[in-house]
Amino acid sequence: MAEEPTEEPTEPTEEPVAVEEDQEEEAAPRTESSSETQIEEEAERIEGYEQFTYKKVKSIAFGVLSPKMIKQMASAKIVTPELYDKEGYPVDGGLMDIRLGVIDPGLKCKTCGSKIKECIGHFGYIELARPIMHYKFIDVVISLLRSTCRECGRIKVPKQKITYHQERLAKIAEESGPEARLEKIHEIVSSSKGQSKCPHCKSKQYKIDLEKPTTVVENEKRLSPIEIRARLEKISDEDCELFGLNPSVVRPEWMVLTIMAIPPVTMRPSITLESGERSEDDLTHKLGDIVRINQRLFENINAGAPEIIIEDLWDLLQYHITTFFDNDVAQLPPARHRSGQPLKTITERIKSKEGRIRHNLAGKRTNFSARTVVSPDPNISINEVGVPKKLAMQLTVPERVTQWNMAYLKKFVERGHTQYPGANYVIRPDGKKKKITDETREASLEEIQPGYTVERHLLDGDIAIFNRQPSLHRMSMMCHRVRVLPYRTLRLNPVVCNPYNADFDGDEMNLHIPQTEDARAEAEVLMEVQTQLISPRYGLSVMGCIQDAISGAFILTKDLTLTFADAVQLLAQVGITDFSRLPKKKEVTGKEIFSVLIPEDFSFRGKSKSGETVVIKKGILEEGVLDSSNLGVGKGLLLRNLIKRYGSAVTVDIMENFFRLGTYTLQHVGFSVPISDSDLPEIARNKIEETLTYAELEVKKLIDQFHQHQLEVYPGRTMEETLELKILTVLNQARNTCGEIVSTYCDKKTHTLIMADSGARGNILNLAQMAACVGQQALGGKRIERGYRGRTLSAFQNGDLSPKSRGFIKYGFKHGLAPHEFFFGAMTGRDSLMDTALRTPKSGYLYRRLANAMQDLKVEYDGTVRDASKRIIQFRYGEDGVDVSRSENGVVNVDEIIDSVR
Amino acid sequence: MSAYDKYRAQLPPKLLEEIKEKTKDMKAERVEKILERALHEYQRAQIDAGESVGIVSAESIGEPGTQMTLDTFHFAGVAEMNVTLGLPRIIEILDGRKEIETPMMEIYLVSPHNKGKDIKEIAQSVKETKFQDVVAEFFINIVDASVEVKLDEQKLEGIRMTTDKVSKALQKELRGVTVKEKGDTIIIKPRSKGDSLNEVYNLKEKVKGVYIQGVKGIKQVLPVKRDDEYVIITAGSNLKEVLQLDFVDEARTMTNDVFEIRNVLGIEAARQSIINEVFKVIENQGLNVDVRHIMLVADTMCSSGDIKGITRYGVVSDKASVLARASFETPIKHIIAAALIGEVDELNSVIENVMLNQPVPVGTGLPALITTFKK
Repeated sequence: MAEEPTEEPTEPTEEPVAVEEDQEEEAAPRTESSSETQIEEEAERIEGYEQFTYKKVKSIAFGVLSPKMIKQMASAKIVTPELYDKEGYPVDGGLMDIRLGVIDPGLKCKTCGSKIKECIGHFGYIELARPIMHYKFIDVVISLLRSTCRECGRIKVPKQKITYHQERLAKIAEESGPEARLEKIHEIVSSSKGQSKCPHCKSKQYKIDLEKPTTVVENEKRLSPIEIRARLEKISDEDCELFGLNPSVVRPEWMVLTIMAIPPVTMRPSITLESGERSEDDLTHKLGDIVRINQRLFENINAGAPEIIIEDLWDLLQYHITTFFDNDVAQLPPARHRSGQPLKTITERIKSKEGRIRHNLAGKRTNFSARTVVSPDPNISINEVGVPKKLAMQLTVPERVTQWNMAYLKKFVERGHTQYPGANYVIRPDGKKKKITDETREASLEEIQPGYTVERHLLDGDIAIFNRQPSLHRMSMMCHRVRVLPYRTLRLNPVVCNPYNADFDGDEMNLHIPQTEDARAEAEVLMEVQTQLISPRYGLSVMGCIQDAISGAFILTKDLTLTFADAVQLLAQVGITDFSRLPKKKEVTGKEIFSVLIPEDFSFRGKSKSGETVVIKKGILEEGVLDSSNLGVGKGLLLRNLIKRYGSAVTVDIMENFFRLGTYTLQHVGFSVPISDSDLPEIARNKIEETLTYAELEVKKLIDQFHQHQLEVYPGRTMEETLELKILTVLNQARNTCGEIVSTYCDKKTHTLIMADSGARGNILNLAQMAACVGQQALGGKRIERGYRGRTLSAFQNGDLSPKSRGFIKYGFKHGLAPHEFFFGAMTGRDSLMDTALRTPKSGYLYRRLANAMQDLKVEYDGTVRDASKRIIQFRYGEDGVDVSRSENGVVNVDEIIDSVR
Repeated sequence: MSAYDKYRAQLPPKLLEEIKEKTKDMKAERVEKILERALHEYQRAQIDAGESVGIVSAESIGEPGTQMTLDTFHFAGVAEMNVTLGLPRIIEILDGRKEIETPMMEIYLVSPHNKGKDIKEIAQSVKETKFQDVVAEFFINIVDASVEVKLDEQKLEGIRMTTDKVSKALQKELRGVTVKEKGDTIIIKPRSKGDSLNEVYNLKEKVKGVYIQGVKGIKQVLPVKRDDEYVIITAGSNLKEVLQLDFVDEARTMTNDVFEIRNVLGIEAARQSIINEVFKVIENQGLNVDVRHIMLVADTMCSSGDIKGITRYGVVSDKASVLARASFETPIKHIIAAALIGEVDELNSVIENVMLNQPVPVGTGLPALITTFKK
């Protein structure tokens, strides 16, 4: 609303009505230009008050401005379209009048005496030579005119019925809210329409039409705004109420403008170009047009010009005022710049994503933030974030000087802004902010005393909020501890990749440094990584080992044995210093090494990915291998149990160790994927060949049957559709058989398969596609049909239905693709790209709608879920009041309870 | 079973049932302990006051939305029937659309009909049959100015109709014509005198769409064996009439049309159906979203007693705050309407307070410190 005041009627005024505490001075127009100095001064201004005054807006009342109010709140009457005089000084009575606020440095506002950035701006007004229709109210005006008598101004409903309606309206409003009332009013309006005689004064009524956009026609004669205004004036307050207008804030005649408010200069600042030339805001241009035409209209009327000229000018003024409010009116050509680009006027400023409301009011900008490329570092903790030194020297934390930390903070100031743990600014108790430079350093050092604030560089352990867009869930913004590191990227532990959905192919992330104690406390308690381990979406861990860590743990716990020395070396790499739990043997098994990381009193029984049982007894891994179903993301039952038993802080440590043990194991044993992984033995190759030949034959048979019309048709399908379905089944079957052959005959020891088996990456189907057969390429659930008439590519015969011509890729990727096969592969590849590109905005919009509809729902102290107006949505959250992020996959784990109670 | 009864008031029925089932053969002492422990766990999992569950639910449904497919998939079964699935289906349900893309029913039958005998005939009798479905040939008699229709014996048998019945159905549905049978042909003649050929043509076209038998709106039927009984899956939906058929098991028969359920069975049923349908899609996509989130969405949609979509005309338009409405879509419209009524925004919800840089009334923004000031 910062800008709203422009629009004369629709504007939310801070009214004294229900505002108790006080009215805040409508936040100063925070324009796009956020230069360093501005922010500082802002901070300075707030700083001085912050600790003592808490002002809160209690309510905002909306209403329409009356001509009287416009005049009252205006500080200047605008009479000339000129902006500046020869010296470049704003003209009195011009649109840039310094009584409307100042935008030039050095000038002082004539109304309030403040300088630039302090003065929030003041309204002006112009007197219109003739009344003008307000475009945004034209619909209301039309329905008022149609439903009231042209002579007496009463609503065209018989007297006895009026009271009846009034009563009913009151009742409806009371029972089902203002919406139902509006609906009812509509009914009344339409019932009172079309009566040719006024029930009150019996005068004849005529048909009233709207000639879009703003012309009102009665009985084929044009009604001038003067007449319209006169008629609207006649409508009584009681009748207004029937129309749903609140006469205490709106009078119908205010919808026809006689006086127009001029928005303050501060909301339409001009830009000085490099050439020293001034470039005015779109609104100023538009207002200039209005004032100019208005002046001309005045002159012409006073000079007694012919009616046609006056009418023309009047219409022109109407056009300018209409486009001032909305430059996107369907019937009007938009007002343009000289370059042909349409002007952005009031409506355009407010609405849509880039408009005031969504861009500036619902979305905020922030200082003390950073953004760069991220890269992985498994050696920092999960709840840490690696911050490059360069950033750490730019981002600061304000620390208040007390007598106890003065010596400590002085050291920072002494080092200044160029030496690492230094400080950038010193803030005096009065809020004045001083940059620490080589020159000012000494002076600052001298003057520092309790009460001052030092903005020191970021240190290890400081609190930061880390974020990656799109911020789809609350785990997209988590609180980390700063760890200052060399080089130039932000570092994060790969375990948190999943909640952020980050990878390291060039992803950038943002870092925010909370500046107040409240913010830091809240971030630490509510947002730190440990607190977010369990997703509120499904009640399981969102963080877990990924990729190499899983392969490594799998190899280690499967059948690896290491010498004692190697085992110690491995554990030392992980960061374990206590080897007492490692059995003193010459050779140690991987299970035994892994057990060192498990807490000694932890018991667990679960299943691995392949279905074997995993047993941990008293901190010893006795049976089974650990793979993605126990360590991974979103499944991780082992992790879920650890969290439950030991809390998230301990789990974080254990998880880090698991991760490091996995990756270091891989480093120890070596891990690479050679092309020979997709080699198959002779026998398997033969079997695959057989399967594929058989499938082709089968398809040929089907096609022959089809041509002879012998195919058994599925109910509700045509012959062609049946054929396609049958072929698809045969071919998919063939591909699946190939997959099975591959999985039976391939070498189980290959690293490719280890990845698939452990659930680290890929699956057996991927291997089958490389080794044996890529399979059918499907577009929209069907075989590929598009292309030429009757064939997919010109290389094929017309009407060819064979697998080959319809996108079946017979052999594997290693064997290579034939040109047509490659083409079909590219087709489906492109299709899936399109799918993603189309889906993202759709699901984004769904998300926005959901978030908007449900953002106010919260659990009340009585356990009910209610919305902002305290309507009950649920009597108990989720029917049982269970917080999903405190449950195990949404339930209380009964089995575990039974097991634990002996 | 007093141990269970003791906890009846404190534990949710489903949890209690599960415990009961799993502790069937245990000693009372241990059961008691288990119950105690369960209560403890249950209470520990309770949600805090002030938790902004709405946002969490929105996130939980919105976030996996990016992972859903856009395709309309086929439904398993011998003959395929198209069913809208994935993101489009979720959008369709949450929009609260009255017309859904692929209405479908699952008709369960009461024994003995569900055993598979005559299942094809039963299915056919449910399907809406139009006149043109049983016609072998249309013939226009120019001399008599009438339409002569030869019926298809096979098709008639398939749906257990006779020429006689068809002509009766025609007589019932058509006004101003005479219907006569002659062997397997039906002669339809306009009763009015000055019959032009044009009129006869029009009549022929009109006759094609005349309803003969079955349930209106059921376009396809497909008997499917599910476990050990037969179920009829249909394309097209008409819950009200299907429920009146005597061989239908009313308790289990379902439609995927939420609005129809709302009209036939009421709002609570509709709410449950929204939950079921959304959950089905999410499950089908292999995603894991807790039901509680879907419940909350369904409750938001249904709390007014009518199904309101998550759109600017539905749930959002019900908000009390002008600024909250304006921040969603069509801001100008909302501000103007507010100005006319003189609406007052009490700043009770989240977004207005964000706009004004004030603490939001959820979560930690909710509690406040109460102190007495020294005068």
